[in-house]
Amino acid sequence: MSSTVWVRRALKPAVFLAGLGPAIWLVVRGFQGELGVNPVETVTNDTGIWTLRFIVLTLAVTPTRWLTGWNPVALFRRMLGLFAFFYGTLHFLTYFILDHSLELAGVWDDVVKRPYITAGFTGFMLMVPLALTSTHGWIRRLGGHRWNRLHQLVYVSAIGAVLHYLWKVKLDTTNPFIYIAIVAVLLGARLWHHIARASQK
Amino acid sequence: MLIKKPADLRESDVTDQSLYLRRREFLQVAGSTAVAMATVGGVPAFEGTSTVLHAQNPSARKLENFTKSAFNTDEKMNSYKDVTTYNNFYEFGLDKADPARYSSTLRPSPWSVVVDGQCGKPGTYTIEDIMKWFPLEERIYRMRCVEAWSMVIPWVGFPLADFVKRFQPTSRAKFVKFTTLVDTKQMPGQTEPALPWPYVEGLRMDEALHPLALMAVGLYGEVLPNQNGAPIRLVVPWKYGFKGIKSIVRVSFEESQPLNTWQRVRADEYGFYANVNPAVDHPRWSQASERRIGEFFKRKTLPFNGYADHVASLYTGMDPRKLY
Repeated sequence: MSSTVWVRRALKPAVFLAGLGPAIWLVVRGFQGELGVNPVETVTNDTGIWTLRFIVLTLAVTPTRWLTGWNPVALFRRMLGLFAFFYGTLHFLTYFILDHSLELAGVWDDVVKRPYITAGFTGFMLMVPLALTSTHGWIRRLGGHRWNRLHQLVYVSAIGAVLHYLWKVKLDTTNPFIYIAIVAVLLGARLWHHIARASQK
Repeated sequence: MLIKKPADLRESDVTDQSLYLRRREFLQVAGSTAVAMATVGGVPAFEGTSTVLHAQNPSARKLENFTKSAFNTDEKMNSYKDVTTYNNFYEFGLDKADPARYSSTLRPSPWSVVVDGQCGKPGTYTIEDIMKWFPLEERIYRMRCVEAWSMVIPWVGFPLADFVKRFQPTSRAKFVKFTTLVDTKQMPGQTEPALPWPYVEGLRMDEALHPLALMAVGLYGEVLPNQNGAPIRLVVPWKYGFKGIKSIVRVSFEESQPLNTWQRVRADEYGFYANVNPAVDHPRWSQASERRIGEFFKRKTLPFNGYADHVASLYTGMDPRKLY
């Protein structure tokens, strides 16, 4: 079995199930009444942090390929990106339904007035076209180059997500800064790669 | 489940104390919440309460002979579990579950409170003495956290006004400053510089003398659990929860306005007055609504947390925007 086939048949389903893990765990805890005294807060925080984690994992794919030379890792990129969108959607819906009772005016008020919502909302909205164009058909329709340019929007989503996290925290900014550092390294790696390639030409 | 009740502070139809004190018997006999509720249907203090609500700490000392207050709200109380496992008490860690987990190191006895500053009777008083000075009463208050969540909590304590007057503050005493214990052995969170320790809070003298301001020594008819600020804490129901300083070791009568801890660390976000005000947002989030713990949707926040009729007159002539 070639490396690619092994990835497609065994590793991808395993990663898919692992990606569903946090959502399943939330549902299980929900049924057991183990989501704590403020379950809405728990769901909001859990879905939020998993959105950021999957954004980070998605951004880590390409630098991992450069570093290891193991190209099949790229086969995970779309799935990880879609998981980021999946958790981002759950996170947004929790906020939209339970914090704002489905009132768009309240969401818009937050978006224009509160920087942490502006950042998070922008980051999430930019993921929508990426999720929609994640199919092979759309890659073909847009052409590889244009598709790649479009999907660089995930960099903006990543920055939006970490700023959203940082600006929301009340006191202890340790964890937000850990994610800021990780995102900075992953985006910095791309810049470095780009410069290195440009100077070779 | 969304339970919206009008914030009626003039509730005079409070549960008869003898009935209230027998509430656990009801539950023991009934064996289930539904049956228990049916048994005592229509009695405000029982309405919509759950069995968890009565599952207090079996080892905690019960407080006896306290009266019910006319200030009580008849809104559904939060469960004992809600009140004692979801706390902001950074002396024991930043997570809201930390105080319940890590506050067993606090020793609320022996305990004494130093009273100093502009008053006729400064001194050091033991908690046992303090609790003998005043009759205890139960005050069921709404508690609105600055983080936009709220609870309804049955405190037991005595009016701060009675406590303050006992020390005969002089005419120069314009403010009362409260200070929490500093002891990294008892409060391990103080080894981290999360906040500058000790935690400090303050009230203007007329606020401290207001009948709603409470010195709490218990909740749910028992001595305060450590995570809720044992053995003595402040409860100011018309202000954001962070004004309710816990585990008090010093009360000082001061001429000038004390610099309370949150104002010291984030003056742009937290002020001295910290009156609950839906019209003045926190710089980063809205204060217009709140999530009552136990409810899924948010409810509207009321000016002065629903106590405006009682306290708004304290602030006439002041810019409401300065009252955050």
